[in-house]
Amino acid sequence: MELTTVWFILIAVLWIGYFTLEGFDFGVGMLLPVLARDDRERRQMINTIGPVWDGNEVWVLTAGGATFAAFPEWYATLFSGFYLPLLLILVALIVRGLAFEYRHQRPEAAWHSWWDRAIIVGSYVPAFLWGVAFANIVRGVPIDESKDFTGTIFTLLNPVGLLGGLVTLFLFLTHGAMFVALKTDGDIRHRARALSIKLGLVAAVVAVAFLVWAQVHTGNGWSALLFVVAALALVAGIATAYAGREGWGFIGTFVCIALAVAGLFVALFPDVMPSSTDPAFSLNTTNAAATHYTLTVMTVVAAIFTPIVLCYQAWTYWIFRKRISIHHIPEAELEGIH
Amino acid sequence: MDSILDIARWQFGITTVYHFFFVPLTIGLTLLVAVMETLWLRTRSPEWLRLTKFFGKLMLINFAIGVVTGIVQEFQFGMNWSDYSRFVGDVFGAPLAVEALLAFFLESTFLGLWIFGWDKLPRGLHAGCMWIVHVGTLASSWFILSANSWMQHPVGYKYNPDTGRAELTDFAAVMFNKVQLVTFPHVILAAYMTAAAFVLGVSAWLYVSKKHQADRAMYRMGIRLGAWVVLVAGLGVAVTGDFQGKVMTEVQPMKMAAAEALYDTEDSCAPFSIFTIGTPDGTSEKFAITVPCLLSFLATGSFDGKVEGINDLRAQYQEKYGQDPGARYYDPSGSYTPIIPVTYWTFRYMIGLGMAGAFFAALILFLTRKGRAPTSKWFGRMAVATPILVLLANSAGWIFTEMGRQPWVVFGLMTTAHGDSPGVSTTEAWISLVTLTLLYGGLAVIEVGLILRTIRTGADAYQEPPNPTLGGSDDEDRPLAFAY
Ligand code: HDD
Ligand code: HEM
Ligand code: HEM
Repeated sequence: MELTTVWFILIAVLWIGYFTLEGFDFGVGMLLPVLARDDRERRQMINTIGPVWDGNEVWVLTAGGATFAAFPEWYATLFSGFYLPLLLILVALIVRGLAFEYRHQRPEAAWHSWWDRAIIVGSYVPAFLWGVAFANIVRGVPIDESKDFTGTIFTLLNPVGLLGGLVTLFLFLTHGAMFVALKTDGDIRHRARALSIKLGLVAAVVAVAFLVWAQVHTGNGWSALLFVVAALALVAGIATAYAGREGWGFIGTFVCIALAVAGLFVALFPDVMPSSTDPAFSLNTTNAAATHYTLTVMTVVAAIFTPIVLCYQAWTYWIFRKRISIHHIPEAELEGIH
Repeated sequence: MDSILDIARWQFGITTVYHFFFVPLTIGLTLLVAVMETLWLRTRSPEWLRLTKFFGKLMLINFAIGVVTGIVQEFQFGMNWSDYSRFVGDVFGAPLAVEALLAFFLESTFLGLWIFGWDKLPRGLHAGCMWIVHVGTLASSWFILSANSWMQHPVGYKYNPDTGRAELTDFAAVMFNKVQLVTFPHVILAAYMTAAAFVLGVSAWLYVSKKHQADRAMYRMGIRLGAWVVLVAGLGVAVTGDFQGKVMTEVQPMKMAAAEALYDTEDSCAPFSIFTIGTPDGTSEKFAITVPCLLSFLATGSFDGKVEGINDLRAQYQEKYGQDPGARYYDPSGSYTPIIPVTYWTFRYMIGLGMAGAFFAALILFLTRKGRAPTSKWFGRMAVATPILVLLANSAGWIFTEMGRQPWVVFGLMTTAHGDSPGVSTTEAWISLVTLTLLYGGLAVIEVGLILRTIRTGADAYQEPPNPTLGGSDDEDRPLAFAY
C-alpha cells in the first residue's frame, strides 16, 4: 500500500480515537445540568471522566500534528479555512479544560456554578462544531488553485453542515449518557440509562439522514457497508441499554461513532478536501502529502509508539474501572476543607 | 495594523510567551514534586509528603493552563501561518506529531493516574507516575525545541523548486541539530531554575508568616531544596548559555551583533556593555558601563576574537540572500536587521534578571545556614522576588531569540512576511487576536488568584495516605482519596 494511503488511514484512526473517547466526555459535560440534581451528583459525573479526559483530548492534538506532518497542505488549508469555527472550538476547549481542574479548588457555590457553565458550554460548542467541520469537508468547500479556502464562515453554515453538527451533538449526548450509566451507581445510573435511550432515538434519526446524504453525495460500496453497520450498532446499543445492559449500550454507541467516522473517510478517499470550486483544485492524498521520506520516518515512529500508547491508556481505564457512587465523593471537599 | 501579518505576529508573540510562563514551571515542578515524593518514600518524614501534596496542587493549577494554551499553539500554525505551514510542513510537522504521540499522551495519562491514584496504586508506582510525567515534559521539550532549532538553523532538508517547499532528507540531523543540542539543556535548566525559585519563594513566604509558624521546620526544607536547585541549575544555565552564544555567532552572526548593538566590526577584544544610556542604536551613546573584551569571549571563546558588526553583516546578507535562488523568498534591498533595542535589552534582561535570581538564592542559602532562621520582612520579600525575576528572564530569553531571528521565520529560507495565511481576512485575524488576548488576560487573573489563595492556605495537615494494591483498596465503599 502507498504510504500516503497508510497515513490517510492513520489520520482516520486518530479522529476515530478522538470522537469515540472525547465524545463521551463531551457528552458527560453537556448532560451535567440534565442528569445531576445537586452539586454532589455533578461531582459524581465529573469524576467519572476526571482521570481520562485530558488523555482523550490528546487524540485531537495528535490528529492535528499528524495531519501537519503527513499532509501539510491539508493542515494549512483546513486550519486557515475553518478559521472562526476552530477559534470557537479552541476557546471552548480552553475554558472546559480549566473548569475540570479549577472547579473543585474553591468551596463557594457561585464558583462551582460558573465553572459548571464553562463545562457545559465548552462541551456543547465543540460537540456541534466538529460535526459542522466534518460535514463540510465531505461536502466540499470553495478552494482555489493555490489551495486556499475562499469562502467565509457562512459558507460553512449550510444545511448539510448544520445537520452534521446535530449528528455529532446527539451522538455524543447519547454516548455520554451511556457512559454515565456505565460508570456510576445509584439513582443517577438509572436516569442516565433512561435518557440514553431517548437521546439515542433522536441521534438515530439525524445520523441516518446525514449518512444517507453522505452516501448519495460521495459514497461507495464500502462506505455504504460501514454506514449500515454503524446504524445497526446504534440501534443495538439502544436496545441493549433498554434491556439494562449498560456495558453493551456503551459499546453500541462507541462502534457507531467509530464506523460512521470510518465510513466518512472511506467516502472521502482519495480526496482529503474536495474543492467545490473546481474538482481539479481538490486536495487529495497525493497533492497534499509530505514526501516519501517523511512518511517513512513517521510510519516507523507510529508503528512503535501507537501500540504503547494504546496499552497504557487501556491500563488507565482498567485502573479506574470501578463505578463511582455518591458516597465515594469525599465530604471534606464538599465543605471546602481541603 | 492593517495586515494579517502584523496581527498574526502579535497573536503569536502573545500566545507563545504566555504559554511559556506556565511551561517552565510545569517542567521543573514535576521534577521537584517527584523528588519530594521520593524523599518521602525514603525517609517517611511527614513533611515531605505534605510538601509533595502542596506543591503537587500548585503544579496542577499551573499545568492546566499550560495544557489549554498549548492547544492554541498547535492549531495556530495552520490558522495564521498557512503559507509557512505549507513551506515547512514536510520537515516541521514531524516533530510536532511525534511530540503529541510520545509526550502529550504520556504526560496527560500519567498525570491523571497520579492525581486520582492515591488509593489505586501502590506507593512506589504512584511516585513513579510523577517521574514519568516529568520524562514526558522533557520529551515534549525535546521535540518542540528541535522544531524551533530548525527554524533557527535549518538542517537535514533540501529545497525542492518543483513543490516550492523545504523537504526533509535527514530526520536525525533535525533531531540532533547543533543548535538543538545547546538549546535543550539551556531551556530545561532554566525551567528547573524557575520552578525551584518558585518552591523557594512560596516556602519562604509561608516560613515568615505568623499564621504558619507551627510549620516552620517544613517550609525550611522547601527553602533549602529550592535554593540549592536554583543555584545548581543557574550555574548550568550560565554555562550552556555560553555555549549557545558561540553556536549563535556561528549560525546567526547578526543576532549576536544585534544583542550588543554592535554596528561596526571589532577585530579583537570587543567590549560587552552592561548598561547604556542614550539610544542603544550605537549612534549617540551618552554613558555606558562596559566590560572590556567580554563580548569577544561570549561570541568566540577567546578574549581577542573578532566580532562582526551589523553594518558589515547586513552587506554580507544582502549579497548572499539578495541573489540566492535557493532562498525561496528574498529581498535584495532587505535590511536583514532585527529591531536592535529589543534584542539589546532582552538579552540583558535575560542574563541580568536570571542571575539576580541566582544571587538571591545564594544569599538565602547563606542566611538560612546551620539552622539560622531569618524572619525579617526583607527576607520574605527577597524570596518572593526570586521566582518573578527568573520567570521574566525566561520570557526575555525567548523574545530575544525569536525577535533576533527576524526578518526570517526560517533562517535564510523564508521571511516572516511570507509566512502568513492568504485566505484569512484581517477581520477574522482581529477577532482571534482580541478574543485570545482577553481570554488569556482573564485566565491570568483567575490563575494568579487561585495560586495565591492556595499558597495562603498552606500545606494540608499530615494524613497517612492509603497504600493500596494495584487497582483499588480493600474497602470499596470508602470515599475516594481524591476527587474533583
Ligand atoms: C532563567 C532563565 C535564563 C537565564 C538566567 C539565562 N537564559 Fe539564556 N535563554 C533562556 C533563559 C535564560 C531561554 C528562555 O530558555 C532561551 C530562549 C531560547 C532558548 O534557547 O533559551 C534563552 C536563550 C539564550 C540565547 C539565544 C540562543 C539563540 O537564539 O540561538 C543565548 C545566547 C543565551 N540564552 C545565553 C545566556 C547566557 C550567556 C546567560 C547567562 C549567564 C543566560 N542565557 C541566562
Ligand atoms: C518550537 C517552538 C517555537 C516555534 C516553532 C516558534 C515559531 C515562531 C514563529 C513561526 C514566529 C514568527 C511569527 C512572528 O514573527 O511573530 C515566531 C516568533 C516569535 N516567537 Fe517563537 N516559536 C517557538 C517558541 C517560542 C517560545 C517558547 C516563545 C516564548 C515564550 C516564542 C516567542 C516568540 C516571539 C516573541 C516571537 C516574535 C514575535 C514578533 O516577531 O512579532 N517562541 N516564533
Ligand atoms: C510554538 C510552539 C509550541 C507548541 C505548538 C506547543 C504545543 C503544546 C500543546 C498542544 C500542549 C498541551 C499538551 C496537553 O494537552 O497535554 C503543550 C504543553 C506543553 N508544552 Fe508546549 N508548545 C509550544 C512551545 C513549547 C516550548 C518551546 C516548550 C518547552 C521548551 C514547551 C513545552 C511544553 C510542556 C512541557 C507542556 C506540558 C506541560 C504544560 O502543559 O504546562 N512548549 N504545548
